[in-house]
Amino acid sequence: MSLAQAAHSGRLSVLQARPADSGSIATMPARSMASSGEASLSAAMQAAQNGDAAAYRALLRDCVPVVSAMARSKGVQGTGIDDVVQETLLTIHRARASYDPARPFLPWLRAIAHRRAIDALRQGSRRPREVDDPIAYETRADDGPLPGHDLEDRDRRRAVVQAVAHLPPGQREAIEHIALHELSLDEASLLTGRTKTALKVNFHRALKALRASLSSSKEGSDV
Amino acid sequence: MSDPARHERLVEELARSLAPIRPLSGPGWRAFAWISAVLGLGIVLLPLSDAAAMQARLGVPDLRYAALGAILTSVAAAFAAFQSSVPGRSRAWALLPIPPLVLWLGVSGLGCLRAWLAPASNLAEAGEMRGCFVFLIGVSLPLSVLLVTMLRRACPLNPGLTAALGGLAVAAAAAALLVPFHPHDATATDLAVHLVAVLIVVGLNGLFGGRFLEGTTDRRSAATAVDTDP
Repeated sequence: MSLAQAAHSGRLSVLQARPADSGSIATMPARSMASSGEASLSAAMQAAQNGDAAAYRALLRDCVPVVSAMARSKGVQGTGIDDVVQETLLTIHRARASYDPARPFLPWLRAIAHRRAIDALRQGSRRPREVDDPIAYETRADDGPLPGHDLEDRDRRRAVVQAVAHLPPGQREAIEHIALHELSLDEASLLTGRTKTALKVNFHRALKALRASLSSSKEGSDV
Repeated sequence: MSDPARHERLVEELARSLAPIRPLSGPGWRAFAWISAVLGLGIVLLPLSDAAAMQARLGVPDLRYAALGAILTSVAAAFAAFQSSVPGRSRAWALLPIPPLVLWLGVSGLGCLRAWLAPASNLAEAGEMRGCFVFLIGVSLPLSVLLVTMLRRACPLNPGLTAALGGLAVAAAAAALLVPFHPHDATATDLAVHLVAVLIVVGLNGLFGGRFLEGTTDRRSAATAVDTDP
């Protein structure tokens, strides 16, 4: 039986024998296997501390199912279990000097795996999760325009066009060139043959007239 | 879904990078080594102290027991810190420093009644108390660095707890080292100054030492390396 097989069989015995720790004759073979498996794991770790890569490789492979089972029993799910296994293997590697060969290996491994499982659970609880909440979707306010917005917009535009059409010709000309076509005073003066001063005066008078007519029409519509 | 290939890659990677390593000594031995360093510092500082005044003060029961409490707290907290830095050791070790801590703080508190019970006591002035505070913080700094460095060599899975226990060990050791240099008897203000210094040392150790110790179990880079391998 290889080291890995011995360790594996012993480890399974350790896990299975624990609940029936009553000292009955029936548990004796499992217990002796457990202690031999524990001894094998301990020996493998000791060999790893001495630089035996083959023993170390076998030991780490044997640790994978133990750590997975432990992570699962702690409530870690899905790919989180693989993450716990990876983190635990890395911690074993980093902390291998802290293992005392005179002591059992499994409590040392379990302490590391337990810690990494808790880390994974904490990390998982901090990660934002997608939730299904149809009522929130139904009651969420729409950022887009309200119904009837286009109609109001069209009415407003029509009122402006009518107000401009009712202006005297000089003022209408000034508004069209300067405000609607966005020409400069020089360009509007050249185009209409009027002086810049006359255009300015007409423009301000037109604004005043529009303000008056639009505000009166708005009040009328509000009533 | 389990990913055995990913684990296999990591196992291969770790086995390939394996180098022989000497197992760390037991927590008791490492605590003993740190306490020896504290004793060494005490021996170096001893010629600067007033031995006659120290002997006179140690003749007073509450001062003597307060000093004993500080020494025992330091030893117990150091032992507990080293125990907590090894995976698989019981967390109950963290309770070990509590009885000597109670003795230390309790007897120091009794000293506060000194001004009332013994009016002729040599009470502290503000300048002297400032000196005590600076001494406590100054001595705690190198002891903290040494202790955290030693703890880092193991694998503290609860870095905050380990660092806080280490901070208590350091603060108590600094208080014990202060005894030969303490120029006055204990008072409430004196105790408060000591307590503030102890809390600062424990707090800073817990905060920064914890982060420093956390670095020993930081696994991200290697995990990423294995994840990205084809």
